[in-house]
Parts: sequence; structure tokens; C-alpha cells
Amino acid sequence: MARSMCWHCQSEVAGEYFCERCVKVQPVSKDADYFTCLGFPRRLTIDLGMLEAKFYELSRAFHPDFYQNKSETEQAISLSNAATLNTAYRTLRDPIQRAEYLLDLEAGAVKEIRSSPPADLFEEILELQDTLEEYRASDQSSDAGKQLRAQLQTEQTALERRKREMEEQLQHLFRQWDELQDKGEATSAARADRERLLKQMREILSNRTYVKNIVSDLVATIG
Amino acid sequence: MTRIVGIDLGTTNSLVAYMKDGTPTVIAGRSGRTMVPSVVALTDNGLIVGDSAKEHLTRNSGRTVYSVKRFMGKGLADVQSELSYFPYSLTEQGGVIRIQLGEKSYSPPQISAMILKELKQRAESHLGESITKAVITVPAYFNDSQRQATKDAGMIAGLEVLRIINEPTAASLAYGLQEKTQGTIAVYDFGGGTFDISILKLKNGIFEVLATNGDTHLGGDDVDRRVADLFLTDIRKAFGIDLSAYPDHMQIVRLEAERAKIRLSDELKTKIAIDLPDGKGRFTRELTRDQLETVTADIIERTLAPCRFALQDAGLSPADIDEVVLVGGSTRMPLVRQRVESLFGKKPHCHLNPDEVVALGAAVQADILTGGTTDMLLLDVTPLSLGIETMGGVMSSLIRRNTTIPASAKELFTTYVDGQTGVDIHILQGERELVKDNRSLARFRLKVAPLPAGVPRIEVTFLIDANGILNVKASDMRTGQTQSIEVKPSYGLSDTEVERMIEDSFKFAQQDVDARKLIEARLEAGALMTTTEKSLADGDKLIGQEEAAAIRDRLSLLKAAADGNDAKAIRARMADLEQAAKPLSVAMLDDSLKRSLKGKKVSEVSKRD
Repeated sequence: MARSMCWHCQSEVAGEYFCERCVKVQPVSKDADYFTCLGFPRRLTIDLGMLEAKFYELSRAFHPDFYQNKSETEQAISLSNAATLNTAYRTLRDPIQRAEYLLDLEAGAVKEIRSSPPADLFEEILELQDTLEEYRASDQSSDAGKQLRAQLQTEQTALERRKREMEEQLQHLFRQWDELQDKGEATSAARADRERLLKQMREILSNRTYVKNIVSDLVATIG
Repeated sequence: MTRIVGIDLGTTNSLVAYMKDGTPTVIAGRSGRTMVPSVVALTDNGLIVGDSAKEHLTRNSGRTVYSVKRFMGKGLADVQSELSYFPYSLTEQGGVIRIQLGEKSYSPPQISAMILKELKQRAESHLGESITKAVITVPAYFNDSQRQATKDAGMIAGLEVLRIINEPTAASLAYGLQEKTQGTIAVYDFGGGTFDISILKLKNGIFEVLATNGDTHLGGDDVDRRVADLFLTDIRKAFGIDLSAYPDHMQIVRLEAERAKIRLSDELKTKIAIDLPDGKGRFTRELTRDQLETVTADIIERTLAPCRFALQDAGLSPADIDEVVLVGGSTRMPLVRQRVESLFGKKPHCHLNPDEVVALGAAVQADILTGGTTDMLLLDVTPLSLGIETMGGVMSSLIRRNTTIPASAKELFTTYVDGQTGVDIHILQGERELVKDNRSLARFRLKVAPLPAGVPRIEVTFLIDANGILNVKASDMRTGQTQSIEVKPSYGLSDTEVERMIEDSFKFAQQDVDARKLIEARLEAGALMTTTEKSLADGDKLIGQEEAAAIRDRLSLLKAAADGNDAKAIRARMADLEQAAKPLSVAMLDDSLKRSLKGKKVSEVSKRD
């Protein structure tokens, strides 16, 4: 909310959504990140109840329903603010999306799609791909088909467990990151910690996405 | 602020409601009924709508349109499988279905506009003011084309559609207002032609939709069709008659099937009687609730998968749902209630009339827009993912289904060839991977200045507004200039077509008004001529011969005018005649006064004269 002037009365607006003088709604700044937009510090742990309350409060402030009698400019601001608010809330509500977004802010795009399996899963995944192929080509109602299916189901359970483990690891890293940010030290040790955490989170996030896609593929195939 | 009414534009019936002293109220017609059958018939006296049109279903079936909502935003290919069920003839023009009525063909929005006009007039005569703004409801699972078609219908009817709102969420507003419901609710809305399920969280006046799903081609109509097929088979077997050759009788059977279904919601068995054509006798049979449920169980079953998907998308299990609300006439079927109860594990809620609750909710939303209700806010979602076509015929999703609206997504486009001057963009809606499996919404061409490949950078903003309707904007990132985009809808009327239809509608409205004025003028002229002739016969002796001749002269002029088609000319001749007849009426009045003063009866005086 780096905007400094009200679009309507030109008086100074200090990051507020409504001009203090003429009470007109102000556009959410293009430079504001989703944390700022919702008035939360840039942290990976967020109280979901408070986030929801803030989302509801701002929805009441921005929703186009309440701008029906206002000028065209205000209607346009309301629409665009509401759309931004919805995206911000959707992103921050989900811990994974929130982390991906924060990493993106801190260190540039993380959402590069993995094309090869994570190292520790390499052999397992290759084997799984073979079994999947075999199952797709097989007569699925035959005994052999049923056996393959059972094998895939076991694999699915294992991968889902793996995914949950990664999420737990992430939760742990999220807390570490927040603590580090809360301290706000500018030492070189703190910087190194920061870099390490970012790298670890990025690694696990992309592995998790990879596993998640394999699981959906599995579910789509075996139902 | 001018009043905004709430309209439920249904497949079978439509209603209009407004906020009366803080309570949403449905407006009844002269008959006392609140529902206007969504039926339009072309008669020898022009187009009629509602109850009177419904009567034409069984004797004028080829020119009587029902269930037009099933065709909104659709092409002919979309409804190919059920064409044989409709007695009226359908064609297609520019991706939009056209319905043939007599000499003319109408798009579904035009037919819907006639129904809307009927509701508009009903509201106007009840409220004694002109109505120009409305909130109109649509099934939650309606796609962009179907929503746009509904908005077009409103415009053609002379209504500014301030909001398109989803039927199940509208119902939740009515429940929220009247029952002060809180918590997580599921709205199961099974109407005449469509099915929706919406899962909402109600908290401190905020109605947040978590997920929605449905089938815009599944409703009571399908149930009726099954039952009708049962009767038709019986008739063929017992009488050797194939009723499909008798369109009017097909409608008789369809309506009898509908009535039997309705009766079986309260009774366990019912008697059916249908008179066959050409004096071939009378078909009778008994239908039990069990039989009805056997032939329609799979239709009801088809509503359950969307319920499960919605729960899954909301990240909830049936046990998380605090209340299940039933909406739509089809939820009166006991089997429906039973299946819903077993899916959610709790008795569904139906305190408000399922036929009226959607219109009531639309009135609440209208009141929110006028600023009357300020503590309630609906946060709805887009039911289907929105995306664009990318290389290899694959859809790339930009806004996922169940995203809270308004929602926007930005996408950057560039060129692949030096000097390329345009980029074609194809917008889609749906959940499948391949373009061909999704719904094509629209296409447009981005204009690009001829530059080396990869240099132009155009940012396109796809914005789904609070109506669930897509708006597209493009701006050149290098120059900062925005460009207007002409979107060509795949299954919709172009702006020019809508404008023409609005004009047509006004023209016809004008023609209708003119016709009515002419009829009224003729009637009044007739009455005036009769009384003047009588006065002249009674009192011509009271006035001079010249005056009497003048009256006779004006009388014949009026007679000539009344044979013509100009209401104004008739009115002018009427004024002339009244002017000329003034001495006569004055003389007669004087005369009668004199006689009454003498205390004698006019009849006696007349006799003596």
C-alpha cells in the first residue's frame, strides 16, 4: 500500500483502504503482497481463524454488492480489490500455497516443475511407472490385473504416507523460518540459516508436488 | 435508489419477489397464484405467457414453448438427443438455438424475455411503479454462456440485470434471513430442469460458498419423461397406437405423468386416465409410488455424485454438514428426501416453500444491492474452471473451479514469428484436459504491433465478476496502452444481435401498445356513437336542424375513422363529435331539468310530447 495520494481528493493516504478525508475506497497497491494486503506479517504460520475474520472484514469493505450506488471508478476499484483479496486469501489459507508464495517473494519462482523424481525416490518411482504401464495394458479384470491393482494400491498408500511426512517436515521448517524472522538478526549466521531454510523448503515443496502428481495419476488410473 | 425486484426464472415456473418492510415477499397474480408457468404460446391473437399459455400445450403443442431454460446458451448439437421430446421445431443460427413459432424464429433469450416481461408487469401492477432493475437467479452450475444468455434475456425484457445470482445460494440467503441459520449447510436444489448442490459456511452474516457442483440438464422434466415413456409403451401395447404421431397427445401424456408424480408424493398409488385420439378409447392404469421410484431411481442417483464431488472440493465429509436444505419442486419426491438423508446422515430441512425460496432469496440479494440489508454478504464461487487453449489442444487452467468471485487471473502473451500482428485466444470452461472435452466460451484476437518475435508483451486479465460472468481486458506491457477486445461468444448472441432483439422487443411492445390503443379507441367510439344516436333520436327536436345535421355528419366521420387503424384519428373524430353534440346534450339536460322541476316523470313528459 505504497499509494500516497487519494485518487479522488488528492489528500495523503497512508496505506489505508479508505481515504480519511473523503472516505472513498482506495485501490490495493499493485506492489502490495498478499500478506500486506490482508494485514499479516510475512510468516509461514498463520492463525486461520484470524485470517478468516480479516478476510470477512475486508470482503465487507470491498465487495461489489456495496458499491451499486457508487461512481464507476469506485465500482471498478471495488471489483479489482475484491478479486485481489480473494486471491490473497486463497493463497494464504493453504499452508503449501502460502509457503510457495512466500518463497517466491523471498527468492524468486519455486514452482519449477520437476521432471525427474527426487533422488531418494528414484528407483521406487521408476518401478511404479512400469507397474502402471503394465496395469494399463493388462486385462484389468483378470487375476494378473487384479494383482497389479493391489500392488498399485499399496504403492499409493506408501506415497501418501511419504507426502504426509514431507508436510510434517515442512511444518517444522516453517516454524524455524518464522522464529528466524521474528528475531530479525542481520548476522551472517542468520543469513546462512535463512538461505539453508529456503533451499530445504524449496526442495521439499517440489518433491511433494512431484509425489502429489504421481498419486493423482495413480488415483485416476486405478480409481 | 429505485426498487430492484428478485426473479426466479425457472425451467417450469417463474416467480417475482420484493422486499416488503424487511421481509421478502412473492408477488401473486390476479388468480392468487405466485408461480407463472414458464410457457409461451403463439395464438391467433399473438403471443401469450404463463397460465393461459400452458393451456395451449395440449391443443397447440407445435406453437407452445416450455422448458426453454434447457436451451439457454446452447447450440443445437447440445440438445440433439432430446429433440424428439419437444413438439416445437428448433434450428440453429450462429451457435444459438432458434425456436420456430409461426412465421418467426426466436432465440431462447427472447422467449425467456417474454416470461420476464410478464413478471415485470406483474410487479409493476402490484407495486404501482415502473420496474427497470432486477436480480435474476440461475442454476449454480450454469456456465458463462448460460449466464450471459440470462442477462441478455433481461436486457431484451427491458430490465437492467444488476446481478445474476445462483439459485442454491439465493435459497441460503432466504433461510439465513428467516431462520438465522449458522454453520455449514448443504443446499440440495433439484428443480424442473437442473440440479445443483452448494456447500456454504454461514457465519455472522457472511454466506461463504465453499464448493458447488451440479448438472444443468437433470431435473423433474427427466422424471416426467420416464413416467410418460411408461404410459406410451402401455398404450402402444394395449391399443396399438403410437402417440408420437400425435404431438398434442404427447403433451397430454407428459402433463398427466407430471401430475401423477406430484400426487405420488402424498399418496402410495394413483389412477391415470388418458383419452386417446380419434375416438380410440381411454387408457387407464394405476401407478404406485414403488413403480415410480423403480423407473426413476437412477435419475435421483445421478444427483448424488455431484454432492460427493462438492463435499470433496470443500474438504468436508457428510458429518461436517450441520444442515441440509431442500430447494426445488423435485425435492418433494419422498425418494429424493430418503436418498439425501442417507447421503448426509441427517434429516433434510424444508421449512420454506421449496418453490418460492429461490425468488425470496433473490429479493434479499436485491435488497442488499439497494443498501437495505447491510449485515448480509454472499461470497459465491465460479462453478467451473476457466482456461485457455494452448499448444496441442490442451486446456491451461487460469481460474480453478470453486474459486471465490470476483476472481481474476493475468496471463502474458507474446509472438512466435517476426512481424506477427495478432494472437488468437480461445477461452474454455471445464474440468477436462483436452480442449475438445471442455466447453468453448469465446474467441478473440489480440492485436499486436509488428515487432520481432518475442518482443511484444501483452498482458491479458481474465476477470470473473460477481455474476460469474467473464470480462477480458488486455494491455500492452511496453506501451501501457489498454486495448478493447471484441469477444466472439461460441454459444451466445453477439452484442449487435442483443441490441436488435431489444429494439425488436420495444418495437413489438410499441406495436402491442398501439394495438391495444386502437382496440380501446374503437370500443369507446362505438359506445359514444350508440349513446349519441340514441340522444339524437330522443332529442333532435330540442335543437335546430343545422345542429342535428352537424351531429349526423360527425357521426359518419367517426364511423369511417373507427373502420380505419388509426387510434389518434378515432380520438380526434370522437372529440369532434362530442363538440358537435354539446348543444344537444345541453338542450336535453335543460329539458329534463325543466320537467323534473315540474314534478313530472320524464316518461310521462315523453308520452305527452
